[in-house]
Amino acid sequence: MEDAVLEYIRSEYLDEDDEDDVELDINTPLISSGIVDSFSMVSLKRFLEKQHSISLPDEEASAEAFDTVASIVVLVKRHQGNA
Amino acid sequence: MAYSSAIREVHGSRLSVMHEQGLLKEERYIHSPQSANIEVEYPSGSELKSVMNLCANNYLGLSSHPDVIQAAHRALDDRGYGLSSVRFICGTQDIHRELEGALSQFLGTEDTILFPSCMDANAGVFEAFLEPEDVIISDRLVHASIVDGIRLCKAVTDTYKHANMKHLEQKLEEHQDKRVRLIVTDGVFSMDGDLAPLDEICALAEKYDAMVLVDDSHSSGFMGKTGRGTHEHFGVVDKIDVITTTLGKALGGAAGGCVSGRSEVVELCRQRARPYLFSNTMAPPLVAGALKVLEILSGSTERRDKLEENTRFWRQGLTEAGLVIKKGDSPIVPVMLYNAKLSQDVARDLFEDGIYVVGFFFPVVPNGQARIRTQLSADHDIPLLQKALDAFKRVGDKYGILGLDKKRIIEKYGL
Repeated sequence: MEDAVLEYIRSEYLDEDDEDDVELDINTPLISSGIVDSFSMVSLKRFLEKQHSISLPDEEASAEAFDTVASIVVLVKRHQGNA
Repeated sequence: MAYSSAIREVHGSRLSVMHEQGLLKEERYIHSPQSANIEVEYPSGSELKSVMNLCANNYLGLSSHPDVIQAAHRALDDRGYGLSSVRFICGTQDIHRELEGALSQFLGTEDTILFPSCMDANAGVFEAFLEPEDVIISDRLVHASIVDGIRLCKAVTDTYKHANMKHLEQKLEEHQDKRVRLIVTDGVFSMDGDLAPLDEICALAEKYDAMVLVDDSHSSGFMGKTGRGTHEHFGVVDKIDVITTTLGKALGGAAGGCVSGRSEVVELCRQRARPYLFSNTMAPPLVAGALKVLEILSGSTERRDKLEENTRFWRQGLTEAGLVIKKGDSPIVPVMLYNAKLSQDVARDLFEDGIYVVGFFFPVVPNGQARIRTQLSADHDIPLLQKALDAFKRVGDKYGILGLDKKRIIEKYGL
């Protein structure tokens, strides 16, 4: 799952000229570093919901929960478990 | 007295953190009217220093134009200081409607509604005409006021990579099931000075049945052959559905903004936009000043032509000096330094040398993209700009950055 999320973030949020400058792994801060701003986070939420057939409540899709791929995966897994 | 010492400490420590991170914004006191040359008290309490201003939004040099000042004076005498009312109670004078008409004519739109600022226009416009079955697809670098306005609206939101038409097309395809698709962009982006490709955006809007909203705050008055804005520059005047813009930059520099465009959208704003309904009407002197500005600009392109000439000279001069600038056609010319501290050091040294500029760094611009944003004005002239260029060369030389590209500046100073 990590790889698919990383791949989505690369294609959705990084520009071609950014790709050399930004090192991205599962612990890279996304929101607090400005790679993903809280406003464009909605497309990431939609991607996760569609990809994993889950529904993430707005109050759980917080900047903290979305700040690293690792924390995103924890959130998604918890919701998969609930499904 | 519920402001306890504990609460004071909470607020104080937040300010201390900002101070430690170098994020506190410090105001410089100007003791003269806005102009190419100003008298500045900085740091606070020091002797006044005469400096050249390269960081105002006074693109056309109209902020202190004698005819504008005179028009404002006359309105002060004829229509008063203020109206103590919102527009729909007893705050609409004949001159408010006159200005709305003049703006529609200038921008080439069906109708216009005034707001106290463009910040308010952007805060109110989305909620006024969009609903949950609609989608807003905005450029990722739009102004903060648009981000706030979109947040206040119940429409679905999405974003596309800055000026990336392929990404925008993908998003338009994705949202074909929505009732209204609204593409939102700045005309000229305030931090980078680049232009949104409005011709391509309008072509996509046509293909995917979308509306287009442009914030032309950094373009109205000078972009395009007769200064009507970015839509004129790209030859799409009749294809933009909504323009938001300000009277606080090129168009006089005092205050006020507007939403201009399709008449139904404007009417919905008049009925529903909360910053319009719940804040005071524009003061008569500001309205009359803005009317005079539009009269000046409709009569002659002299000022925008001079601004264009100054911009060309400045962009070419900085490039030849070996500084890295963001490419573009607008009078916003960012000198890229990448490192936050370097941007502050260079700005401080330039001030010592008589040039007033400001260094911007994260979070105002993306991390590792620190810069000095220079802004040209029709009030500048070539000898003055040459003097500024010499100062940039001296300071650039001191920091050893002349002739270095992005990679080498980052190697030398880090991010």
